[in-house]
Order: sequence, then C-alpha cells, then structure tokens
Amino acid sequence: MADSRINDLLITGDQTYATIDHSVGRLVLDQKSHSIAWLKWLIGGVMGTGVLMVSLAWLIFQGTGTWGNNVPAAWGFDIVNFVWWIGIGHAGTLISAILLLLRQQWRNSINRFSEAMTIFAVMCAGIYPLLHTGRPWNDYWLFPYPNILGMWPQFRSPLLWDVFAVSTYFSVSLVFWFVGLIPDFATLRDKSTNRYAKLIFALLAMGWRGSNQHWHRYEQMYYLLAGISAPLVLSVHSIVSFDFAISIVPGWNVTVFPPYFVAGAVFAGFAMVLTWGIPLRKYYKLEHLITNRHLDWMAKITLATGLIVAYGYFLEVFYQWYSANPFEFKLLTNTRLDGMYAKFYWALIVCNVVAPQVFWIPKMRTNTWALIIVSTFVSVGMWLERFVIIPMSLTNNYLPSSDKPYYPSFWDFAMFAGTLGFFTMLMMLFIRFLPTINIFEVKDLLYKMKGQKEFVEGQAPVEVK
Amino acid sequence: MEKQQITKEEALEKMRGELEGKRGERYWRTLDEVAQTDEFKLWFEDEFPNRKDLFQIDRRSLLKFAGASLALAGLAGCRGVFLPEEKLVPYVKAPEELVPGKSLFYASAITLAGYATGVLVEQSEGRPIKLEGNPDHPASLGALSSIGQAEVLNFYDPDRMQTVIQRVDPTAELGEISTWEEFSKAVTPQLEAHVATGGKGLALLFGAVTSPTQASLIEQFKKKYPAAKVYSYEPAGRASVNTAVAAVAGKPGVPVYDFSKAKVVVSLDGDFLNPVDNPGALAYARQFAKGRKVTGNHGEMNRLYAIEANCGLAGATADHRYMLKPSELYGAALALAAAVGLSVPGGTVSGSLKNDLEAIVQDLKSNMGQSIVVAGEHAAPEVHVAAFLINNALGNVGKTVKFVASPEASIGYGSLADLAADLDTGLVDILYISNSNPVFTAPADLKFGDKLAKAKLKVQLTAVEDETSAMCDWILPMAHSLESWSDVRAFDGTATVVQPLIAPLFDGRNEIESLSLMLGNSRAGYDLLRTYWQTQKLGGAKFEEGWRTAVHNGVVPNTAAATIAMTTLTPSLPSPTPLNSTYEASFVPDPAVFDGRFANNGWLQELPRPLTKVCWDNVVTLSPSDAQALNVKSDEMVRVTTAVGEVDGIAYVLPGQPKGSVTINLGYGRTKGGTLATVGLSNGGDQGGGFNAYKIRTSKNPAFTAITEIKDLNTEQHLASTQGHSPLGGNRIPDHRDILRAGTLEAFNKEGMEALILGHEFDKKEIEESNLFPEETFEWDGDQWGMAIDMNACTGCGACITACQAENNISVVGKEQVGKGREMHWLRLDRYYSGSDENPDVVWQPIACVHCEKAPCEPVCPVAATVHSHEGLNQMVYNRCVGTRYCSNNCPYKVRRFNYLNWTDNQEQFTKKVSPLNTRVIPGPIREPKAEGVQLLKLLNNPDVTVRGRGVMEKCTYCVQRINEARIESKKAGRRIADGDIVTACQQTCPSEAIVFGNIADPNSAVSKLRKDPRTYMLLAELQTRPRTTHMAKLRNPNPEIKSSNETTEAHH
Repeated sequence: MADSRINDLLITGDQTYATIDHSVGRLVLDQKSHSIAWLKWLIGGVMGTGVLMVSLAWLIFQGTGTWGNNVPAAWGFDIVNFVWWIGIGHAGTLISAILLLLRQQWRNSINRFSEAMTIFAVMCAGIYPLLHTGRPWNDYWLFPYPNILGMWPQFRSPLLWDVFAVSTYFSVSLVFWFVGLIPDFATLRDKSTNRYAKLIFALLAMGWRGSNQHWHRYEQMYYLLAGISAPLVLSVHSIVSFDFAISIVPGWNVTVFPPYFVAGAVFAGFAMVLTWGIPLRKYYKLEHLITNRHLDWMAKITLATGLIVAYGYFLEVFYQWYSANPFEFKLLTNTRLDGMYAKFYWALIVCNVVAPQVFWIPKMRTNTWALIIVSTFVSVGMWLERFVIIPMSLTNNYLPSSDKPYYPSFWDFAMFAGTLGFFTMLMMLFIRFLPTINIFEVKDLLYKMKGQKEFVEGQAPVEVK
Repeated sequence: MEKQQITKEEALEKMRGELEGKRGERYWRTLDEVAQTDEFKLWFEDEFPNRKDLFQIDRRSLLKFAGASLALAGLAGCRGVFLPEEKLVPYVKAPEELVPGKSLFYASAITLAGYATGVLVEQSEGRPIKLEGNPDHPASLGALSSIGQAEVLNFYDPDRMQTVIQRVDPTAELGEISTWEEFSKAVTPQLEAHVATGGKGLALLFGAVTSPTQASLIEQFKKKYPAAKVYSYEPAGRASVNTAVAAVAGKPGVPVYDFSKAKVVVSLDGDFLNPVDNPGALAYARQFAKGRKVTGNHGEMNRLYAIEANCGLAGATADHRYMLKPSELYGAALALAAAVGLSVPGGTVSGSLKNDLEAIVQDLKSNMGQSIVVAGEHAAPEVHVAAFLINNALGNVGKTVKFVASPEASIGYGSLADLAADLDTGLVDILYISNSNPVFTAPADLKFGDKLAKAKLKVQLTAVEDETSAMCDWILPMAHSLESWSDVRAFDGTATVVQPLIAPLFDGRNEIESLSLMLGNSRAGYDLLRTYWQTQKLGGAKFEEGWRTAVHNGVVPNTAAATIAMTTLTPSLPSPTPLNSTYEASFVPDPAVFDGRFANNGWLQELPRPLTKVCWDNVVTLSPSDAQALNVKSDEMVRVTTAVGEVDGIAYVLPGQPKGSVTINLGYGRTKGGTLATVGLSNGGDQGGGFNAYKIRTSKNPAFTAITEIKDLNTEQHLASTQGHSPLGGNRIPDHRDILRAGTLEAFNKEGMEALILGHEFDKKEIEESNLFPEETFEWDGDQWGMAIDMNACTGCGACITACQAENNISVVGKEQVGKGREMHWLRLDRYYSGSDENPDVVWQPIACVHCEKAPCEPVCPVAATVHSHEGLNQMVYNRCVGTRYCSNNCPYKVRRFNYLNWTDNQEQFTKKVSPLNTRVIPGPIREPKAEGVQLLKLLNNPDVTVRGRGVMEKCTYCVQRINEARIESKKAGRRIADGDIVTACQQTCPSEAIVFGNIADPNSAVSKLRKDPRTYMLLAELQTRPRTTHMAKLRNPNPEIKSSNETTEAHH
C-alpha cells in the first residue's frame, strides 16, 4: 500500500565497515570532498557572525535602547530568539539521550549532527539572556557566588532557574557530545594520513584503543550521561516556560505551558534536523546512512509533536474563554484572533498546525522538498509562536492605558540574522572538521543487522535488543 | 646656533633635493642618509621635540617609565575621566543656617504672562533645585502648575544667553560677544540725543507688565522722554477681559471669582481650571474641588455646565458639556443672558444646549448669589460682558464674583498693531524690546518681521536668543527671576517681592535693571525695588521691618487690588455675526509651552498634554465626525488654509472636539530659541517641533478664525503620545473590567459604591478564599505608608507629573523615545473616555507605583533588586539592578520605567538618531555648554535622589527622601512622625488636593480615613496585590432635570 521507499532500511546498499568509514571519514580526511558551495555557506556564516559582532558591540556601547523594547513590552526579540534557539537544540538531546535509552537504533546516523546543532543553538540562545540585560557587566550577580555583601540571588525568580537550567544543559550536552566523539576520533586518527590531523585526532581520542575495557567504560559513561540528559530534555524548556507561566501577565500565566513548550521545542528541533539533514545527505551522498526511513520517522515525530502543540494552542484559547477572566479574554480577541497582531497569530496557526498535516500522506514524509518546505514552515511558525506569546501578550495590559505596540528595530533583526550566521558558520566548520555521522554506532548497527540474519531485502529491520 | 638659522622650510627643501630622482633601493638608502643630516635632525626635533630621546632610551629605563606612567595613569585616570575635576572651596565662615545636605526654602514668585504665582524655592547648598507653591500666596495656595514646576529648568537652561551680543553685521548669523558697558557706551549717547526731541522715535515694547517697580520705571522713562511710545503685547494675555471690565466698570480690571461659594457654574469656554488659561486657576481649582468634595456615604457637590468650543479641563470635569463652534460662543452667551431675563441682542443656540438651556437657567436662578458664569480668557470682550451681566442679574457680583482694578500696568500701552503701524511709517528710531518675541508671536496679518527691520536700532532683552533676536542689533541677556530682584502682582493684584536665590549664573540683568540702564542710571534691582517700596510706605514707619516681612512671606500685605463696582449695567452689545465657515480654527495657548516661550524646556515639551497625551508637538485637533468627513486620520498631515495664510500640521482626531472647530495650540514651530525649541527644524518632525499657528492668527480676532480649506496632504508624521495612540486602543476601559469606578452623585447617595462599579467586580470573599498563602499577608508594624488619590478631585492638569520629575531627577527622553514607549515619568495621568466619541465623558486616573503589599515585581527579580521595606515601600535598589526588566513585565500597573539608553549624561537623543544607519544624523549642538567647568543641568539635580544610569529600572518611591527627612526630624524631636510631616511632591503641587499621603497604620491620619471612605477601592484588587495607593471613585452631579441630553450624562453601565 505505502510507497516502497519507506521500506528502506536504516542502512542501505551493500555496506561494509570500510565503506562506512570511508563515506563519513572522507568528509574530514579528504578535504577535496567539499565543494565550492561549502565555502560559500561558510562565507555567508562568517559574514553573519560579523553582523552579530557589530550588533553586540553596538548593543553594549549604546544599551538595550538600540532594540525596539519598551514599556510595556520590556521583552521582545531578545527573549523570542532565546526561546527559539533553546527549542532548536532540544531535538538533538532527545535523539541522543532519550532515543538511546529507548534503544532506538535509527538515532545512530542522525545523533551526531543533531547534537552539534544542540550545542551551537544553545550558544546562540545564550547570547540573548546574557546581553539583553541593561547592565550585562553585572550578569554574574545572577550566580550564587560567595561575596562580602552577603547577597544571594533571588531564588524565587524563574530567571535564576533559567541560569541553572541553561548552563547545566549546555555543559551536559557538550560533555555528552565529546564523549560520543572519542571512538570516532580514534578511527580518524587511524585513518588519517596527514600527520597534523593525526596528531590532533590522537589528542582528541585520548588514547582510545578500542579495548574491551574501553568499550565497557565508554558504555557506562555514555548511558550515565544519557540518563542525566534525558530529564534535561523535559526540564530545560519547562523552566524556560516558567519565565512566563510563573508571572501574572495575561497570556503568560498558563499552566499548560511546560509540556506545551517541551513539545514545541522537540517539534522545532526535528524541523531543524530535517532542514539540515536533507541537504547534508544529498550533497555528501549519505543517502545510504540517512535513509528515507529516517526521514519518514522524523516526519512522524514532527507530526506527532505538531499535534501536541496544536492541542496546546487549542487549550490556550479554550482557557482564555473558559476562565471568564476579562483580561485573558481581551487578550484573545485583541491580539490573537483579531487586532493589529492577528496576522502573526494566524500565520503561526498555518505554519505549526496546518502545514505539518501534510505528513499524514506517507509519500510526503519521504519527499525531500515537502520535508524541507514543511520544516521551514515549522521553524518560522515556532518563532512566531514565541513572538505571539512574548511581546504580543505584553502589549495587552491590565490597565488599557498602558497598551502600546511593540516594533522591533533594525538591530533586533541584525542580531537575529547574526545568530543565524553564527550558527551556520559553526555547522559548516563542524561538517568539515568533525565526523558528521557517528561512525562506530553505524558500524555497530551494521553488525547487528547483518549478524541477526534479518537483513532481508524489502522488509523493515526488526528491533535489535 | 648655526643650525637653528636654517628654517624648517629650508630644511625640508634641502631634503626634497636629496631625494629627487632616487628610486627603489637607492631611494630608501637616501632616506637613511637624509636622516643623518643636520637638517633632518633639526626638522625632526622641531616637529616632535624630545622625540629623539625616545630612540636612545634603554630597555630598563623604558620599563621604569612605563611602570611609573601606568601608576600615574591610575591616579590621573580617575580625575577628569571617571570623576569630575572639582575644585573645593571650603567655607571660611559658613553662612548662617546653612547645614550641608539640608534644604532651605525662600519665598519668591514666578510669572506667566506677567501674572505671579508665589513660590517657595528649595535651595540646596546654594543651588535652587525645586519650586513649590507658597501656601500664603493667593494665586498658589501651595500649589503650582506644570509650568511653575518647570520654571527651575528654565533657570538652568544651557541655551540661555550668557553675554551681551552685538550684531554688527546684520546678515551674519552670529553676533559679536560684547558687554553691558559696551552696550551702554554705544546706546546711551543715542538715547540722550533724543532728549532734545522729547524722545520722539523711541519705542519700548513689553509683555504684560504687572511689576509695580517696572511700571514706575516706565513712567520715569515717559517723563524723561515724553514723546517716546510704550507698547505691550502678550500673545495669550488678558487684554480681552480687561476691555470687558472697562466696558461695565469704567476702567480696566479683571474679575476675581470665589468658586468655593458657587453651587452652579456655567463656563462659556472658560477653562478656569487650566493655569495657561486663567492666572487664578490654581486657586480656583482648589475652591472648585472643595465644592465637589464628598466624604462618607452622602454628599453634595457643585454643578458645572461647560459650553466649549475646545477641549478644556473644565469640559472634562463638567457635569454637562455642550459643544459649539468658537464663533457661536457669543450667540450662546446672549441666549443665556436672554434666558436669565436680560434684554440683549438675540442669540442663538442649537442642539442639546438649546434643549437644556431652560434647565440650566432654572438651576442658576435657584442658586442666586451662589453661581458663577465664567467666560474663557481668550473669548471676545463682548462674551465677557455678557457673562458679567448674567452674573449681575443672578446676584453673584459681590458674592462669588468681584471686579478688581487691573493688576496690569500695561493695559494703557500701545498694542502690537500700533507698533507695527509706527514701524511701518518710520516713526521708530530706537526700539527696545523687553522679554518679548514679537517676530514669532505676532499675528500673521501684522507682518511684524518685515516692519521691524525699519527701526534703525533694535535692542532686545531676552533669556534665550529667539526669532526676534535674529533681527536685533543688540541682544541683552535677561536674568532669571531666581537670580535677580524684582516684584510682580498676582491675578488679584497682590504683590510679591521676587528675591534671588543665587548670584546670576551669567552676565544677565532682569527687566527692571535693564530698563534702568535705558534710563541712564543703571541701578541694581535691589535698589530699585527698595526705592519703589519705600515710596509705597511699605511697613508704615518701619520700612525695614515691613520689607523683611514682605520678602520673607512672599506676599506684600494689603496690596490686593481695590474692588471696583459695575457701573454700566446696560452696555451696548453688538449682535452676533455668523462666520459662515464649515471649519473654524481656535487658538489656545499650549498647556505646556504656553505661547512658545517654554519651547526650550524639556520637562514641558515632554509633558503629555492633558487630553491628547501628545508630547513634543502641537496638533490640529479634529472631531471624529469632521475627520470622517475630511477622510483624515490621526498622524496625517493636513494643510489648514485661512484668509491670511496656511500651515501644515499633524491631524489628531480628538474625541469631544466640537464639530466644525479645529483647535490649534500656539507656541510651536519655533525657528530659533534653543536646542529643544528648534528640534523640529533639522529632523523633519521626527523629533517634534510642531508648526507655527501664529501664521494663521489675526490681530483682529486672536481667538479664532475661519478656515477656508483643510486639505489632506496624504503624508504621515508620527506623533509621540503616551496613551491610546495606536491600533491597540487604550482610551477606553473594555467591558467587565473593574478599573474605573464612576457614577452620578444621585446614584451614589442612594446606593453607595455599588452604583459606581462599571465593570465586573470580583467577589471579595472569593478573592480572599482563593488566597493560597493567607499567612503571607503583610504585617503592619510601625509606620505604614499609603496614598489615596481622589479621582473626583483631579482636574487632569498634570502638575503632579512635572513636580515628580523635578523632585526625582527624572530624565527627558525626546520625542522619538516617547514614540517608542520609553517615557520615564514615574507618575502618569491616565485619561479614559466613556460614552460617545463625539462628546465623551472623561475620567482622570493618576497612577504611579501603588506599592503593592504583595508586589508581583519582587519575586521575579533574579538579583533581589526590588524588595519590600518594613514600612510597606516597594523599594528599587538601583545599584543592584541588572536590568532584566522582568519586574516591569510582571507589574500589572505598568508603572516601572527602564533606562533603555543613557538618558542622564548625554542629551543626544534630542538631536541625533540612535541608529547610525540613519543618514539624517546631524551633529547635535552642545546641549550642555560648560560654564567654568560645571555642567549647568547637573546643578539642577536633587541631591537627595540618586541619578539613574543606563540599564536600570526605576519607579515611584513615594518620595522616600522626604520620608527619611521627616523621620530624621521626628527622631531629633523625640516624637513619632506626625500626620502631614511627609508631603510627596505630587501631593504638594496638586491644586485640587486630590492626593493624600500618610501613615495608614495610624487610624487618625488623613489617608487612613480616606481609605475607609466608601468611594475608596483598590485598583486590580482581584490580583491580590494589595496596593498601598488606593483610588476614590469619580462622581458627577448632572442636573436631574436634564434627561434628554444623553450625550453628556454619565451612567454607561
């Protein structure tokens, strides 16, 4: 009934360990495997980073007044982009930690670059809360450090929880990523012919020899870290959602926020993984490792989380009506369903609720163009969602006299474009200098698939225990 | 020695010769060779003396020097870079009564269009820092208007004239710096030369003169030069009412009202609550508010009928408001007079006023002797005469209305039209302009600017170089009233001796000193004053004692003008002449910049105008139906054409603006007059500046004029408005919200507070029960501060906003930033409409931080920068603030203000775009010229209040510095802080006493009693914030007989 391509296996073609080593390793070891297109993207990324640097310098020099924030909308693009970037990172952690613990073998070929995306996205996200403050040079006051004033941060503030959540998230993700890279560094060390590359990879491999003991220790640590990371997938965005849910701002004070934010984060994250994964497998001919089956499953997760998010939107509207709270109801009618900002709300509904429904059609789940278009819609939609929640709720107040519109400034856009460029630059460097796909895990998968004798053409592989 | 005979040029020439024709490697070698020559060494040493030594220095010494210079840099870096370079001059003998850190108050007076308001000037370490109303002064009673509060900023205006300027070359933009001596040397002989001809060809132009000393000097001048002519011009003056009193009483005078005795008031476009309209407004507002004070469950109130051609404060407060075109006002006055029973020419009224006229008259008649009919100051004399006759017929004269001889000595002087005619015929040789700017303010038909050029010698005394200065030969710096001796009269004639608080900042002289110089004797103001008051027998036999008392009290006793009687009871009144124009332009002085004289005052420019809430601009206000007919929206540019000219202004659709009437505020469109006054010139309106309404004003009828066309120019110019100027709305309270409580007195007396709840009131019990943490209620221990704001008393004048700004060092941010929603006012005055857009009811709701007992801002701050004091203050610790702005987001009242940019140290925002991408950046003129190393505006700051830097949040503190001062005083006296010891800045200046502050833990304090008043409610009580500031419901007292006029009455449940 379904399209036969969906029955692709997790590894297609006649693969051996050597072919896998080659197809992933050559991206690092054979620098000629990169085309001029790579350079163009890198230059774009570097230029974007330049824009980011200029925006940051101007921001620090002049103050947050360079942005469009005002009173009532004291948060605008800064927090919108923070939440958006943090959300992007969530797919990586979900894939690497939760899917690992659930023994989902299909994560093996996509976990590496989605973890890299996590780290880069959190870096982009971190810029915002650090520098959106009026006096960023005093940001260290948010950390509980011993001082002669005897002043502690205010532990009741969700912003403080944010500090812990995001910094924990970043450090755990980084360690997790690095630990996962060690066996691959060893492979690259062994395969590389360039002596500098060999030296660097040797250092990074930290003496990995692939002994049984190494593997044992490795597995222990990796699963331990996955155990730590797994709750982070749920907690980080829950805490980010507390920034809003804890407050008394109409449109923010919603109990459904934590699960709804987490689902939204995974939703946005998978969209981003698709956006990067599809061109990656095409240009670097990795279709045999990132197969249509991967795409199919990622599309399904996108659809599933999209439906959770849609449920969240429905609940929000329902709550605003059902609570009979005049302030909430006014928000609904004035900035969501109708009013000067309604176009953003409806665009968000189209992007996040309508567009993913395409994935009910099996063909569309493996159609790369459909996937890219829908995932772009989702990325835009998730950005709009944060825009709708943050400044739009703030423009609507308890006292109507304070209702004032929010308009982002040039520098708001420049800084956002800058973080996109920064992210692109980091991804480009990552593709060229680090193994984009987890070599040893794919080889492990190949071993299991072949060894189990269930490697039958045209059938889905059976889960391997 | 020989080497030095070679000049630098010669040495260079020689080197060029050496290098001639050399290429490549050889070239460089030649350079080396050249470097060895004596000529080079000489040149080198010449250009960079001692530099050669640097090459010869050894490594060890270099490090030594580097270390030393680093250490020195550490020291030197602090001074001059981070810390101001300051010279300390300790007192050898401390002045008496001067305690460092403690303010002293001196009585003085400020003037507006000649009329005095008594003030107490707060002086801190020798600097005047704030003005407060003088409770003993009849025009103040302790209150002050926004303009009065901002007067101290005029004093520190960095654009003030600092020296005498002589314009030798009339075409040059800048004149030459000169001195008073030079001026005297140059001009005195020319004046003396006129003695022979009796002063023929001499002309003096003043504003309104109420100063008795100045008037006597003018008399002396007239005596010395009998043929000299004296003129007076005040663009928003009281010529009309003086003429009207002359018509009924035989000599010029002004009416003085007593609103405390009035039960019914009818205003004929009379904005008696507005300080720019009536010099007695502060006193009248207090009397009027007393007549509306309702305490407890039952009360009585006076009743105000406002018949308006504009949107004034009286109309916003009125119980019944009727609208008409400016030209119909006289007809309405006559109709009212006829209905009262006077035989006057027939007037006409239409619409709801026609229906209700009988009831209004009935109301007036049943309050004979207890009513007032008050006409607007700008209204034509015949409107005033009609009002006087009605008052007389109602028996009000002598009870609620009296006439006093005009405090203005300048009433008999020539008018500006006379001066223009004399200039035109070449009768003026020497023109002396004292504190007047006729080139800007003259009506268009006089073409004054062209005619002024015909005078041979033009001298102007002015505080800031203005449009007139640009045409004058000598420009003299005028001293401010805070730095010079003078005297002035109030609206009832009471005189005040104006005493200086500080030595003149610059080389300025005030009007009397300068005039004395013109007389040829150049005496100091102090002398002139004492001489005059000695002749007036001040203090009887004991002059010195009388003088001291008068100066100390700020009021010269027994100087109130004599009452004059109405003698002509049947003056001939003209018949009303219809204007037959669809639209009429009405000209009123701007509530902040007045006639334009305060256009360089940032506090006033940024004061949201009461009804439009627009800052930094004047607008063309259109009624909603007119706007629809013309297809014009707010922010669109329109061209208003009249018989004498045209102006392009920004349209503003104002609910309540009378149909067919277009109100234009005077005072904008300045082309000279300081950085802020002219801010619109170079930025195409982005920074404000407005347009010049004088261009379409006529001398014949300065109040209004017929409009031939209003044309939509199809361009937009965004206005900076602080409320309700966006697609989001914000001018009205949506249904079901319990934010405003308002209703009729009748309903309140019958049903109590229940009748005043407009929205959905949350069940108190339910609120209490839904409290998850009942044990967390705030403990009342010791003094607990709280405030009560009576919305029924508030007239919306906005004085509290400026008072707060002056007291708390609040920054001015400029039009662009206000437009972005970043104004810094701690206190705002919300204006809400209800009812129809054509003639809505207005309710004012002043709101600052309400100091919630359970403040939502506090738990969300990650660094505990906003915390609660044990006395219930929600405190903002600026030093700890990182600037996450979460507190502002979580504040349901949105009263927190954030320093998005560095507002304090630079004033760039007035002249420069923040974005460097904007190509229209102009190099801003230096806003803060340094006078002897001291930045002028910094002298203004209140030393008791922290000046906030960039990136921190700020908000109302309940004037915590005043609380602490009272606490120190009470501790010294060994007692508790008594009720009334602490008066916040907003409370102090409020003319209608709408704000009361005090200890709510003390059951006998005024604020405690008000908190128990049935009209008191907590704003957003359902959020359980437990605000310490409570509001009191607004009441209206409509005439029960008037049921038909649905567009005016209350009750929009």
